[in-house]
Amino acid sequence: MQSVITNTNQLEATALKVREHIIKMSTDGGCFVGASLSAADLIVYLYSEFLNVNPNNLTDPSRDYLFLSKGHDVPALYGTFAELGLLDKDRLKNHLSISDNIYWHPNTKIPGIEFHSGSLGHLPSVAIGVAMDIKIRGGNNKVICIMGDGELNEGTCWEAVLVASAYKLDNLIFVIDRNQFQANMATEDLIPLEPLHDKFTAFGASVKRINGHSFEALHEAFSAYPFEKGKLNVVIADTVRGKGLPSIERRADRWFCNFNATEVEDLLKELHGEHTTQLTSETLVVR
Amino acid sequence: MSYEELLTEIALSDERFIVMTAENRALVRNIPAKLGSRFIDTGITEQTMIGAAAGLALRGRIPVVHALASFLTMRAFEFVRTDAGIPNLPLKLSSFIPGFLSDGNGPTHQAVEDIALMRGIPNMTVFAPADEDDLVKMLPQIWNHPNPSYVRINTRKTDYQHSPFELGKAEVIAEGDDVTILTYGLLFEQALIAVEILKKEGLSVGLVNLRSLKPVDEQAILHVTRNSKLTVTLEDHFLTGGLYSIVAEVLLKHSLTANVLPFALNEKWFKPSLLPNVMEHEGFTGKQIAEKILGYNTRFHQPEISIPQFSE
Repeated sequence: MQSVITNTNQLEATALKVREHIIKMSTDGGCFVGASLSAADLIVYLYSEFLNVNPNNLTDPSRDYLFLSKGHDVPALYGTFAELGLLDKDRLKNHLSISDNIYWHPNTKIPGIEFHSGSLGHLPSVAIGVAMDIKIRGGNNKVICIMGDGELNEGTCWEAVLVASAYKLDNLIFVIDRNQFQANMATEDLIPLEPLHDKFTAFGASVKRINGHSFEALHEAFSAYPFEKGKLNVVIADTVRGKGLPSIERRADRWFCNFNATEVEDLLKELHGEHTTQLTSETLVVR
Repeated sequence: MSYEELLTEIALSDERFIVMTAENRALVRNIPAKLGSRFIDTGITEQTMIGAAAGLALRGRIPVVHALASFLTMRAFEFVRTDAGIPNLPLKLSSFIPGFLSDGNGPTHQAVEDIALMRGIPNMTVFAPADEDDLVKMLPQIWNHPNPSYVRINTRKTDYQHSPFELGKAEVIAEGDDVTILTYGLLFEQALIAVEILKKEGLSVGLVNLRSLKPVDEQAILHVTRNSKLTVTLEDHFLTGGLYSIVAEVLLKHSLTANVLPFALNEKWFKPSLLPNVMEHEGFTGKQIAEKILGYNTRFHQPEISIPQFSE
């Protein structure tokens, strides 16, 4: 059955607000802006349209689960939670404040975050455990794990694909934010990943590769869940690091950014297509 | 009762239990047929097994996970620390062939820093039973405790009947004014032999089976170091980070000092061979321990040390 999405305008509007939140968190200490912007549409789509997660079912065992494995894209999650009523918007101002728990990687003190991350290659296996338990109990919950493409350097990601395939976890979806960059450079210039679709297929998964910034494409792909009975689902979402801000898009030196107040103001205008920002702050800040 | 019988009984009576292994089935051969989907073998993937166990624990399960001690504690260390330690999830680690029990495998398989590593993780609890009787007396409490645990699995049989286990309490076997041996794990067998020899040589000798290394029985350690002229720490572990270190930490915490003789592996791995040869070569037989404490050789006979069956 071909499913048609009708509310792309609303999703676009939400994603724009999420990007505003991300930009506002990219100062006074900064954050991983590029990866957050690449994952924003994906995360907005999944929480708005696909996942059975809402403020009232966060501890209900029948809810769906999303695990953010690469972790440093968590500003996109904070922003999405704020827009969907899972997190008080005022708390976003507490980014990196000692009095709150909103920092560079996910943690479970934020309701709705299922597990902490930051060390790459962990959550694929944690998601497997949850998916296994759902299978044992005969539940219908969906389990998603979002990984970065750079994260796929970690061997445990591939162990997880082997094990998920062996256990026929068709209730599990690994989503790859394929923004083409890892911390310091393009993935293909360091540890090439392509042909990525073929790699996952060879490991036993059922794979869809889509434009991760198109809500139509996201909807078409996720509407086909489960892709094949008895197979791990993999979605490779082709994305752009820094999406929405042409001045930092696809730039290896704009991974972690700590902008000054003027830059933030200009970037917010740039996001709305009104301006091109002259970035003056230090470029590559590798942490 | 064996380890496997106990685990089967507990898992069958409590749906929360999941038995997992990274293809180390020696201790759980018959469990797949009994537990069905609550038995999970992830293949040779210690890290993925620990991560998946954390996911299962998030859903209310109590995963009892099995792997060789060195791979469980070292290859998967960061997963244990990050996915069990940080969220304080009840992952129950059963480590196979820890310490000298890896006998002929070689240094890759020697977990002789496992106690140091595991006790360094916040929320983790650490245990080392003296033999199979001790093991089955200890495990029900350990598995029902809300924290993650690390247990040096030791299924060797001795004639000793242990007292009931209390988490965080040592088992005081005997008290003595001259020498007291503090030990854990399979060296308990040799400590019993050493105690007999020392007694026959006229000394007043004590023996404590630590059992619980974290939380540790500080009062038992303080009692021994106060009341015995010499305290001996006996362990198949590196000198750094194990029982000798624990005793030092407890003494320092109370601004005390004591006369302590450690038996441990000092900055080295042990020479691989069958277990009795390893013990003899490294100087850890009961007779060798007693003679080192005495400072002279005796005419006593070292009883035969049984050879463990090979199992992967």
